[in-house]
Amino acid sequence: MELFYIVMEALSRLGSLMTITISALLVKNFVLSQFLGICPFLGVSKKLSTATGMGFAVTFVMTIASLVTRLLYNRLLVTYGLEYLQTILFILVIAALVQLVEIILKKFVPPLYRALGIYLPLITTNCAVLGVALLNVDVGYDVLESTVYGFAAGLGFTLALVLFAGVREKLEYSNIPESFKGLPIALISAAFVSLAFFGFQGLLGI
Amino acid sequence: MVYDLLIPTAIIGGIGLLSGLGLSIASKKFEVKVDERVGMIREVLPGANCGACGQTGCDAFAEGVVEGKCKPNACPVGGQEVADKIGEILGVKAEAAVVKVARVMCSGTYESCKQKYEYSGIEDCAAAAPLFGGPSACTYGCVGLGNCKRACPFDAIVMINGLARIIESRCKACEKCVASCPKRIIKIVPKSNEYTVACSSLDKGAVVRKNCTVGCIGCGKCSKVCQHGAIEVQGTLAKINPDACINCSECIGVCPTGAIKKYKCEI
Repeated sequence: MELFYIVMEALSRLGSLMTITISALLVKNFVLSQFLGICPFLGVSKKLSTATGMGFAVTFVMTIASLVTRLLYNRLLVTYGLEYLQTILFILVIAALVQLVEIILKKFVPPLYRALGIYLPLITTNCAVLGVALLNVDVGYDVLESTVYGFAAGLGFTLALVLFAGVREKLEYSNIPESFKGLPIALISAAFVSLAFFGFQGLLGI
Repeated sequence: MVYDLLIPTAIIGGIGLLSGLGLSIASKKFEVKVDERVGMIREVLPGANCGACGQTGCDAFAEGVVEGKCKPNACPVGGQEVADKIGEILGVKAEAAVVKVARVMCSGTYESCKQKYEYSGIEDCAAAAPLFGGPSACTYGCVGLGNCKRACPFDAIVMINGLARIIESRCKACEKCVASCPKRIIKIVPKSNEYTVACSSLDKGAVVRKNCTVGCIGCGKCSKVCQHGAIEVQGTLAKINPDACINCSECIGVCPTGAIKKYKCEI
């Protein structure tokens, strides 16, 4: 009987984690539904390969940042009653993490490092990363949920970036009126992709 | 009261210090060594990233030179000046760079070469060329829709009367146009070589004459008059060997169609 309860507990936990994942991935996609991280979304989505690389770099930073910020928030800030420090502390942690990612990429994946260029250090100021850390606190996820949420949000970002990079690669070969070439048509197509994601609204009842 | 200020400061400062320490350890551990000469060579390169050296860009060329994969004089855009500077940085004497230039091996304008049909598709040689060999009557000649002009990063090509012309003072021989031409009629030749057979037609003489007033008909007069053995008629097309040619101008006088052209030498 006791085992049954443990299994049920674990299953419901898994279920809530799944809900969080799908919510972050599709329903509340960071880029296309919450409009966070638009800068790299438009900047790095010209090529599929760099978009994928950027997506995974952001996913990595988001996951680690969620875990670390959540731990620091619980262990340090709550203990000392310093919740008002969260923003500055989170930015500090994220900046250090991005630097770490940069160093590692430069050493092990130089082509990706060069392709990402200025957008890699810009993850530091990517509001999606700070957003996920702050949302974790706001919604009140625990450490595990926070990490899963961060990871799923990163995957959602990657999904949006890869989808949009595919659209933009097609745009390259389309006959576009002169005045719409470049960023204007990119913004218009971004709106359509975003509109498509609004179709997930209401899924899961959240 | 003091603690209210001290604890937050200590926490933020401590975490900052810790991550700083972590980062400096990581940057030492994962350090990527860069030869300082790469940066110095990159500075003296033109920075057009045209790829004429065979590398993907100026950065790759600078790395290649330092690693010994590329010759210091391999940058056709920078020419002798850049080759000398690179030689100085590397501490070797650079060999003389041969200045090259692109030339269009066709003289067929709208007037001299007949048109087979009127083309009204998109402005693109590669799109027009497969349609019966392009609008021009000569299937070997310039299509005239300016793919090379659009490919040129130095603005050195103009389209005059349906024929691509190269402004030699601007041409850096980066070979972008060579690759963009669907007829493959742009060739890279040494700039010191003044005379060129500006025709690529492999048609028989009579066919060339019917289509075009300035084509090479393969009569062989130039080859006979040349005392240096620099001209060889291959099939029905004369070719000037740049190594043997001494720019004596004999050939241009005997050419019945005017397919041999003199290009002004500016160096």
